[in-house]
Amino acid sequence: MSLSVPAPLVMMRGIEKSFVGAKANSDIDLDLRRGEVHTLLGENGAGKSTLMNILSGLYTPDDGSIFIEGEERKFRTPRDAISAGIGMVHQHFMLVPTQTVWENVALGLEDQPFSLDKNSIIAKVRDIQERYGIHVDPHAYVWQLSIGEQQRVAIIKTLYRKADILILDEPTSVLTPQETKALFQTIRQIRQEKHGVIFISHKLDEVIDISDRITILRKGRKVATIPVQNASKESLAEMMVGRRVVFQIGKTLQNPGKVVLKAKDLVVRGGRGIVCVDKFSLELRQREILGLAGVSGNGQEELCDALAGIRQIDDGAIVVDGVELQGKPSREFQKKGVSYIPADRIGTGLVTGMNIRENIALRKYWRKEFTRFRFFVHWENIAGRTGQLVERYSVVNPGLGFPARMLSGGNLQKLMLARELADDPRVVLAVQPSWGLDVSATLFVRETLLEQRDRGSGVLLVSDDLEEILSLSDRIAVIHKGKLMGIVEDPDSASEEQLGLMMAGTSLAEFLPDDVPPGHVPVRAVP
Amino acid sequence: MDFFVPILAAAVRSGTPILYASLGEILTERSGVQNLGLEGLMLMGAFSGFTVTYSTGNPWFGVVTAFIVGIAISLVHAFLSVSVGANQIVSGLAVTMFGTGASSLLGRKMIGLTIPGFSKVPIPFLSRIPVFGPVFFEHDPLVYISYGLVFFLVWFIFYTRPGLNLRAVGESPVVVDAMGLSAVKLRYFYTMIGGGLASVGGAYMSLAYTKMWGEGMTAGRGWIAIAIVIFAVWHPARAVLGAYLFGGVGAMQLRIQAAGTSFPAPVLMMMPYIFTILVLLVISIKKGRGILIDSPGSLGIPYSREERG
Amino acid sequence: MKYRIVFRKRFRTGMIFEGVLPVLSVLAALFLAGVALMFFGVSPLEAYRAMFRGALGSWYGFSEVLVKTIPLVISGVAVGFAFRMKIWNIGAEGQIYMGALATAAAVRFLQSSSQFSMLLAMAVAAVIAGGFWGCIAGVLKARWNVNEVITTLMLNYVAIHLAEYFIYGPWRDPSSLGFPMTPPFPPSARLPQFLDTRVHLGIVAAIVLVLIFRLVIRWTRWGFEIRAVGENPKAAEYAGIRYGRNVVMVMFVSGAIAGLAGMTEIAGLQGRLQPGMSPGYGYTAIIIAWLARLNPWGIIIVSFFMGVLLVGGETIQVIMRLPLASVQVIQGCILFSVLAFEFFRNYRVLLVRKERN
Repeated sequence: MSLSVPAPLVMMRGIEKSFVGAKANSDIDLDLRRGEVHTLLGENGAGKSTLMNILSGLYTPDDGSIFIEGEERKFRTPRDAISAGIGMVHQHFMLVPTQTVWENVALGLEDQPFSLDKNSIIAKVRDIQERYGIHVDPHAYVWQLSIGEQQRVAIIKTLYRKADILILDEPTSVLTPQETKALFQTIRQIRQEKHGVIFISHKLDEVIDISDRITILRKGRKVATIPVQNASKESLAEMMVGRRVVFQIGKTLQNPGKVVLKAKDLVVRGGRGIVCVDKFSLELRQREILGLAGVSGNGQEELCDALAGIRQIDDGAIVVDGVELQGKPSREFQKKGVSYIPADRIGTGLVTGMNIRENIALRKYWRKEFTRFRFFVHWENIAGRTGQLVERYSVVNPGLGFPARMLSGGNLQKLMLARELADDPRVVLAVQPSWGLDVSATLFVRETLLEQRDRGSGVLLVSDDLEEILSLSDRIAVIHKGKLMGIVEDPDSASEEQLGLMMAGTSLAEFLPDDVPPGHVPVRAVP
Repeated sequence: MDFFVPILAAAVRSGTPILYASLGEILTERSGVQNLGLEGLMLMGAFSGFTVTYSTGNPWFGVVTAFIVGIAISLVHAFLSVSVGANQIVSGLAVTMFGTGASSLLGRKMIGLTIPGFSKVPIPFLSRIPVFGPVFFEHDPLVYISYGLVFFLVWFIFYTRPGLNLRAVGESPVVVDAMGLSAVKLRYFYTMIGGGLASVGGAYMSLAYTKMWGEGMTAGRGWIAIAIVIFAVWHPARAVLGAYLFGGVGAMQLRIQAAGTSFPAPVLMMMPYIFTILVLLVISIKKGRGILIDSPGSLGIPYSREERG
Repeated sequence: MKYRIVFRKRFRTGMIFEGVLPVLSVLAALFLAGVALMFFGVSPLEAYRAMFRGALGSWYGFSEVLVKTIPLVISGVAVGFAFRMKIWNIGAEGQIYMGALATAAAVRFLQSSSQFSMLLAMAVAAVIAGGFWGCIAGVLKARWNVNEVITTLMLNYVAIHLAEYFIYGPWRDPSSLGFPMTPPFPPSARLPQFLDTRVHLGIVAAIVLVLIFRLVIRWTRWGFEIRAVGENPKAAEYAGIRYGRNVVMVMFVSGAIAGLAGMTEIAGLQGRLQPGMSPGYGYTAIIIAWLARLNPWGIIIVSFFMGVLLVGGETIQVIMRLPLASVQVIQGCILFSVLAFEFFRNYRVLLVRKERN
C-alpha cells in the first residue's frame, strides 16, 4: 500500500457468516472512503443487513477481517464497534418505546455520571438538531412519535456518539418522498463533513440519486462494486437479480362491479387505547384493486383488523355484500368471504410450529367439508385439499406433515395466499403482501393478486411502497393518522409528489381547483 | 386510635417480608425475567438466616447469609431463563419446589428452637410523633432498611444510568445489546439481586417476625409478593402500599383470632388469599381500560442475540 | 490445531432424540439430587437403593406405586389440558381439594344404598366443584386478563382452608376422638379395590381420561382450537377462534378432571376426608405434564416414575427417618435438569476446528 493513498475508512475482507442451514455472507469485501456515500444494493435476503450487523458488532463473523483506517479491529460486541466510530441506524430502529427521546439517546453512554445529567444531554441533543436540521422533541416518548420521527431519533443517537461511519439500513422504506428528500439532505451534510455513509436500499432511483459508489450483493456474495457514473437502473437491477428484469407487470383494465365492502365512519382504537382509525370510510368494488397508501403505523393494520372482524370498532359500520357485520365475531366475516393476508406472516398469519396441513386448516377447519361427526376435524379432506393448494400455488415444501417454520419466507407467503385466495373470496385484505420477499416471490404475489382481481374479488392492498401501490391499483386511497386523505380515482394522473404530500397529511381537496366542491374527485374515464 | 395504632404497626411488620420480596421481584421483572420462585427463595432465606443466627448469635450474619443463599439459588433460575431460554414459569416453580423441600429437609433439626433475633429499636425523636411514630418508627432495623431501600430503588430505577439500562433491558433487550451493553449480564445481575432480596424477606420472617423456624412458614407470602408487583405496576413506592395493605389484612386476621371470636380460624386464614385475587382483579380491570402502563415489554421472553428475524 | 465449541441452532429433533433426552435429564436430575442429598448429610446411594427396594422390590410396593400413579395421571391430564393452551393452571391442588370436598358433601347429604348411583353422584359433584374452582381463574383470565398463575395458586390456599373448615368444624366425626376427619364413607360410597391390594377402580378412570385427552387434542375441532391458541394466540384470534370462551372451557375441564382426581383418591383410598388428603399431587402434576411434553402416553410413564419416587420417599421416611421433603428436593432437581436439557433440544454442540492463522 503506497503512502500517498490514505487507507479507506472501512475495509472488510473475506467476510463469512452462516446461520442455521443458510450461508448469509460468503467471502464479501467492502471498502468505504471518507466523504463517500456507499450503497449496498441487493434483494431481500442477499445478506446486506447481516454484513452491516457484523460491521456494527451485533454479529460476530465466522471468518474475515475488518480494518478501520488501516488498522485491523475485532468487534466482539456492539460496544467495540461504537467506540471505533461506527453508528448504525437499523431497519427496526433499536429504540425503547416506553422511554423518552433523551433517555434513548442516553442509553449506553459511557461518559455519563452514575446519576444521569438530563440537562446536558438535552442541550447536546438540541445542538445536533440545529446543526443537521433534524427536529424531535427530546421529552417525547418514543411510542408517541411517527415512524419518520423515530428514525430521526435513531440518527441523533449515532451523531451524539460522534459516529464517523454511519450505516443506514433501508432508511427510506418507511418515509414519504418528502421525508426522503430531507433525509438525503442530512446525509449530504454528513458526507460534506468527511464522514463515511453506508446506505442500504433496493430502490434503484434513490440509489442512483444519493450514492458515490455501489456494491451489489446477491445470495450472500458480492457481485461488483461500481461508481455511480457507470450505473443505470437496468444494469443495477440485472446485477441484483441475476437476470434481466421486466419492470412492468401486465395489468388489464377491468370494469369494476358492485360494491362488496363498505366501511362507513369507522373509529378503531389501537393497542394503547388511542384512536388509530378516525371516521374512515371507503367502498371496495368487485374486480378492482384499491390501493391504500400511507406510511406504516398510520392505522392501516388496525383498519384491516377491523375490516376482518378481528378488532372491535368503537363506531361506524362495516357492510359486506349488503350485510352489516360490525360487532359480529370474525368467523361471520370469514363466512361472508372476507379474506385477510396480515402483514405479520409469522406472528399472526401462520402458526409456524404447526404443520402445513394444519396451517391450511387454520381458517377453514370449521367448514362442513372439513368436519366429521360434527365435533371432529376431517383430516383426510384437509390433507387432500392441502395437496391441491400446495400444487396450485407452487409452495415448495419438505412434506405436508412438516412444521411451517421450515419454509422460506416466500413459500410461507405463498402458503398464506393459498389458504386465503383459493376459494375466490369476495373481499381480499392484503397488508404489505410482498414485504421482505425477493424479486421472484414479489412478482408471484403481485400477479396472484391481479389474477384474483380478474376472478372477481375486490382487493384492498395496503402497502407503504408507493411503487407497488402505483403499479397494481385501480384506485388509490391515502391514509394519514387514521384519517382518509382522499381517494385518487386515476392512478396514472397521480404524481408520487402528490401522494407523498397526502401521506404526510395534506388532504386531496387541497390539490383541487377551488370551484370543485370538497369530497368530489374527478372520475376516471374508462376508454 | 388506641385500637388502630397497634394494628397499623403490625401491618408494617407483617408487610415487611412481602415488601422485600416484591422489591426484589420488581428489579428482576424490570430486567425482563419473571421469577416465580419467591416462595422457595423466602423459605430458604428464612431457614438459612435462622440457622446462622442460631449458631453465631448475630442476626446480621443471618441476613447476609440469606442474601447470599438467595443469590445462589437465583443464579440457577437466571441460567435457565437467560442462558438456556427455558420456560420461566416452570423454572420458577422448580425453584419453589426445591426451596420448599430443601428448607424443610435441612431445617428439621431447627424446629422448636428460638432466637433473640432482631429487637425493636425505636428511633429517638421520630418515634414520639403521635400515631406516625409508633406505626413507622418503633420497629427493628430491617424495617428501617426497607424504608431506605424503597427510596434508593425509586432513585436508582428512574434517575440513574444503570437504572436506565435496567428499564431498557426489560423493554427491548435487542436495543440494549445494540447499544453495546450486555442484555445477558444485566438480566443475570438483577435476577440474582432480586432473588437475594426475596431471601432477605424470608429471613425477616424467622429473625424478626416469629423468631423461630417452621416448615413452610412463609405460607404463600412469596406468591402474594408477585401479585403485589403487578398491583404496584413495577414501581417500588406503590409496592410499599401493597405490602402494608396485605400486612394489614394478615394482622387483622390475627387480631380477630386472638380476640376469641366465634369466627372459625380457617375462614379467617383464607382472607389474605381472597384479598390478593380481588386486588389483582381490580388492577386488571383498570389496566383493561388503559389507565395503567403495561408490564415490561419483554417480561418472560428469552432473548438470544444471533437469532435472525 | 485449535478447536472451539460452537452452538448451532437445531432445525428439528429426531425421534430417538426425543425419547432419549427425558431419560438423560432424569438421570442427570438423580445425580444432581444425589449431590444435594449428600450435602444435606444423607447418603444418596443408600437412599436411592432403599427407595427402589421399597417401590419396586415387592408386589406390595408395586401396587402401592400404582395407587399413587392414579391421582398423578388424572391430575397430570388435568394440568396438561390447560398447558396445551398455554394456560398455566397451577391450581390442580386446590381443584383436587374442591373435588374431594364435594365428594364428601355428596356422601353426607345424598345417602343412597346403590353403589352405582352413589358413586355417580359423587363423581358429578367432584367434577362440578373442581370445574367451578378452575372456572373462577378462567373467567378472570378471559374477561379481565388476570394472571392465572397467581389466581390458581391463591385458590389452592383458599380451597385447602375451606376443606379444613369443614373437617375441623361441622363435618368432623364425633367419634374420632378429636382427630380432624369426617366420618368414614359407607361401603356404597367406596370405589372397589382389586384383589387384596389398595389399587382401586380409579385406575380405569385414569386410563380412560388419557385416551379422551388424546382423542380430543388430536382429532376434534376443539382440540385443534386449543392447540392453535397454545402455539400462537394471535394467529388463533386471526383464525376466528374465541380466546375467552376457550379459556373458560379449558379451565373448567382442567379443574373438573383434577376434581375427579380428588374424588377417586378419597372414595378409592382414604374413605373419608381429612387434612392433607393430597400431599401435593397437584404440584407434582405440573412436573409430570412438563416432563411428558404434554404427550398422553408420556403422562402415564412419568406418573408411574413419580409414583415410584413417592413410594420410595415414604420408604426412606420410615427406614432412614428422612422427611418427605427430600422427594420435593428430587422433584425440584428433576425440573431444573429437564429445563437445562432443553438447551440440547434447541442447540447442537459442535467441536469446530479453527482454520484461520
